[in-house]
Amino acid sequence: MSLLDYFRSTKKNTASTAKERLQIIVAHERKRRSGPDYLPQLERDILEVIRKYVDIPADQVAVSLEQRGDELSVLELNITFPDEKR
Amino acid sequence: MAKIIVVTSGKGGVGKTTSSAAIGTGLALAGKKTVIVDFDIGLRNLDLIMGCERRVVYDFVNVINGEANLKQTLIKDKRVENLFILPASQTRDKDALTKEGVERVLNELSADFDFIICDSPAGIESGAMMALYFADEAVVVTNPEVSSVRDSDRILGMLSSKSRRAEQGLDGIKEHLLLTRYNPERVLKGEMLSVEDVKEILAIELVGVIPESQAVLNASNSGQPVILDEESDAGQAYLDTVKRLLGETVPFRFLTVERKGFIKRLFGG
Repeated sequence: MSLLDYFRSTKKNTASTAKERLQIIVAHERKRRSGPDYLPQLERDILEVIRKYVDIPADQVAVSLEQRGDELSVLELNITFPDEKR
Repeated sequence: MAKIIVVTSGKGGVGKTTSSAAIGTGLALAGKKTVIVDFDIGLRNLDLIMGCERRVVYDFVNVINGEANLKQTLIKDKRVENLFILPASQTRDKDALTKEGVERVLNELSADFDFIICDSPAGIESGAMMALYFADEAVVVTNPEVSSVRDSDRILGMLSSKSRRAEQGLDGIKEHLLLTRYNPERVLKGEMLSVEDVKEILAIELVGVIPESQAVLNASNSGQPVILDEESDAGQAYLDTVKRLLGETVPFRFLTVERKGFIKRLFGG
């Protein structure tokens, strides 16, 4: 590594990019694993319904099923709508 | 009662068979009676890595089908006392391993051995599931690279839901992370995930870090488990790993770049 490279190396290294990407995908897949089998299909169906009215990208819908105690499960739906001003 | 350890990874080519051979040999060197079982039906390779490919007469599937008994089938290692290999079959029948058959063979081995090492095939098909189903502990072999880490996480999910221990509601499989092909120089340059990164993502206990090493290819070329090459960095790292599996606390080596001398730094190399 030359002296010039040393000052140039301000761009983010690829290892930290890899780590960030992995953290996101692994968290996503773990959540999916713990949920029931129908959850991915449910997520797609909900996305289809919303898309009839608002154009949103696929990654803006998050569905999760959370077990609270023995008797209660909570279906959580998180949808980010696009910014109107853009 | 033997302890059953599965060596698994999800992804292919990360070093499962190399690690199975090294760990099995290391346990035998430590005086534990050990058998390494090749679960990669149709793609037998443990025999080559262990250097006993010309001594295979019967195989795992023959034993399951009752065509041969274990005594006829197990290959005794010529270098290390207390070490045996159960070779995989080269059949193309994917369903040659039945849960009942595998259980019967493992039970029989269990009566006679201290450790059973199950060398899993890649993927998440029935062969890989069979290799992990009966395990007490798992060594998850991972390269510091995105696809390997992701697949390891997938396998960790299977270990906690698809194993016998999970189905019977027993304590879960004890999971160990074995990081292989580690290159501290590239980590330092920010080109490779570090030990800490992988540990943080997978969140399991680290049992060993094997540096990327020429010794590994040399070992497989000559059919010698790399752990027998005690001069090599990889061989020493596997020796440390085996000690940790046996409960010893051993400091981690080969995690940092060796400092180069002044002359080397000046002229490179």
